[in-house]
Amino acid sequence: MQKSKFNMEILDSCKLRELDVFIEAEDNPQGRIIHILHEAQKLFSYLPQELQLYIARKTGLPAAKINGIVSFYSFFSQEPSGKYIISVCMGTACFVKGADAVFQAFRDELQLEEGQKTSADGLFSLRDVRCIGACGLAPVVTINNRIFGHVKKDDVKGIIEEYRILAKQEKAEVAQ
Amino acid sequence: MRLNSFDALYELHKNLKSLLDLRSDELQADEAKSGPRDILVCGGTGCHSAQSAEIITALREKIADAGLEDIKVVQTGCFGFCAQGPIVKGQPENIFYVQVKMEDLDEIVNSHLIGGKAVERLLYTDPRTKEKQKHYLDMDFYKKQRRVALHNCGIIDPECIDEAIANGGYLAIAKVLSGMTQDDVINEITASGLRGRGGAGFPTGRKWSFTKTSEGSEKYFICNADEGDPGAFMDRSLLEGDPHGILEGMMIGGYAIGADTGIIYIRAEYPLAVYRLETAIAQAREYGLLGKNILGTDFDFDVQISLGAGAFVCGEETALIRSLEGNRGEPTRKPPFPAESGYRGKPSNVNNVETLANVASIILKGADWYSRIGTESSKGTKVFALAGKVNNIGLVEVPMGTTLREIIFEIGGGIEGNKKFKAVQTGGPSGGVITEVNLDTPIDFESLKAIGSMMGSGGMIVMDEDNDMVEIAKFYLEFTMDESCGKCTPCRVGTKRIYEMLETLIEQKGDLETLEKLDALCRTIRETALCALGQTAPNPVLSTMKYFPEEYERYAKHEVNKAYAINPEKCIGCTKCARSCPVSCISGKVKEVHVIDESKCIACGACFTACPFQAIVKP
Repeated sequence: MQKSKFNMEILDSCKLRELDVFIEAEDNPQGRIIHILHEAQKLFSYLPQELQLYIARKTGLPAAKINGIVSFYSFFSQEPSGKYIISVCMGTACFVKGADAVFQAFRDELQLEEGQKTSADGLFSLRDVRCIGACGLAPVVTINNRIFGHVKKDDVKGIIEEYRILAKQEKAEVAQ
Repeated sequence: MRLNSFDALYELHKNLKSLLDLRSDELQADEAKSGPRDILVCGGTGCHSAQSAEIITALREKIADAGLEDIKVVQTGCFGFCAQGPIVKGQPENIFYVQVKMEDLDEIVNSHLIGGKAVERLLYTDPRTKEKQKHYLDMDFYKKQRRVALHNCGIIDPECIDEAIANGGYLAIAKVLSGMTQDDVINEITASGLRGRGGAGFPTGRKWSFTKTSEGSEKYFICNADEGDPGAFMDRSLLEGDPHGILEGMMIGGYAIGADTGIIYIRAEYPLAVYRLETAIAQAREYGLLGKNILGTDFDFDVQISLGAGAFVCGEETALIRSLEGNRGEPTRKPPFPAESGYRGKPSNVNNVETLANVASIILKGADWYSRIGTESSKGTKVFALAGKVNNIGLVEVPMGTTLREIIFEIGGGIEGNKKFKAVQTGGPSGGVITEVNLDTPIDFESLKAIGSMMGSGGMIVMDEDNDMVEIAKFYLEFTMDESCGKCTPCRVGTKRIYEMLETLIEQKGDLETLEKLDALCRTIRETALCALGQTAPNPVLSTMKYFPEEYERYAKHEVNKAYAINPEKCIGCTKCARSCPVSCISGKVKEVHVIDESKCIACGACFTACPFQAIVKP
């Protein structure tokens, strides 16, 4: 028999148990699959194919259907992301105020190639997001849960530097 | 505490009313007078992200330290003036502080609350007269507004059901249950002339009556809170500022159509709105306002929340229902309409958030009152999210029939930086641009359609002379192309082809024939796409082509200059520009005039910022 290309061992068993509890509490897990995927992404930070397969088995849905849903909705990610997720709002209000130049400035600063989302050091992931509704602060950038308003492209270097220093400090603290 | 009868609710309302004694906008007490005060701090997403939560905590501590016992700090919903956030409002003086920072709090406490003197520097400056304005009602931004849907936003604490009840919350459902039949409710809403605020403007009463007459004992009342139009945030503000008002609207609608289950389909991108809704639902259940035998009657109704996952098409009702059922959010053909076969194949009614925010007021004050506001065909008010290049960015609610000029130049305070107005886009990616010539059109569903745009959900993006209309059209098409669900060919392939044609034009590789093909393709997609997303996707292109044909022609004839240049008279050869250029297209020796290679310039403007001698010329 051909060996499966999926190595289910990569999934953290503690988190899986937490996910099991969540799924088992649902009356109609197949109808609530989007909720389950939200929870799974919260736990694992992204939805690798192994995890999609696990959820398929657990809920009795075909894995193809799960993958269809995951790839359809932009909120779900199939790739791991960096420690800091930089989201540049690309809503219309931000766009007319130059969000595209800010986005480009982040790409340059992080030296991202075409199609590359996460920086080589694994620290930053850059994505453009749909309007987050903070149009009064346009252009808006969020890094994890912190919001930066009225961002100019010249601010980008400073923002990234701040997080690089933060990451270094945290690393030093862990080392101690 | 459970409210088991109408009287119990009326009694509670009467007892709580005094909670809001200090909040009325009409009050303008003298700030020198001491006495009880309510300090309202905006807790909407805009202000929240600018530290309003920290401001509330710190303000409470400082007030406690100063021993000011009769001063209460309240977190409210959005005041609407988002660009000026965080906003702090002192009541009953009606003093409106803008852009308040943590370091300003001591001065507010010492000068205003203890000393009885308003902090002048934190007041709003009128962008036209440059004068400081003390009171909220003096400001142009608020003068022309009329708050019906937003009546609770910025007044009550959205996380406190008592404050909602104090301001008349749940009195409308009590009125309905204590003597109105399902048809009475539907007739009242029909007579009010309320139309769907999500975009299409379908009469709400008629929608309810279809679902009511549909066969079936199991029916669903769904609230569409999947506000995907980029640049629109009225639904988010309503959910964050008045969640109980939305729940009550759903209850009334649920009663009218005969549903006992309500579902709110909300974007996952709105965590604060989700939290406020969850809080409101839990509080309403505790009071027995949701659940079995509401207010001691045999009416049962409960509400659950379902999260979206980032797909614009899910704002379309059939796609929304598919997504609720745990599928890819692809639209289905109508008929059958959701009123016949919706969620789980059962009759379902889908209404937008803002529509529901009007329902309770209509029931309480009557259809007559409501239908006196607005125009012949469009009744009531509309909330717009005013954004882009205007001075006063924020949420505005105006009666239908207000003109765009009033919104942009009076409420909005005109164009930022004294630039020239060019166009305003309404209806988001499904709408079109409106230019100077049509600024005096009174806004309603029909008039906007007649000038080539649409009401949409209420996004209003203002553009100035610097905005390139072909780029704007490309921006919207990139959005619809990304968001096309892929089910029907005209939308899936068509939007991509439009996008590519626009790209060709912008790269100045197209010609006049490209324009003809673009126009023909847009019209084909409009006729043939399956759902409203596809059918309206070409609108931004068609309307910009109509009003700004010369901009398209300049691209088609390769006449657009996008490169920066150097003024040889001013350049002293300091090399700063060459060092800042990301594509290394500037050459020249030290102390000699530099030159930009126009074919390589990406017009990023880095050299412009770098040059200390203003020698760089913008295209």
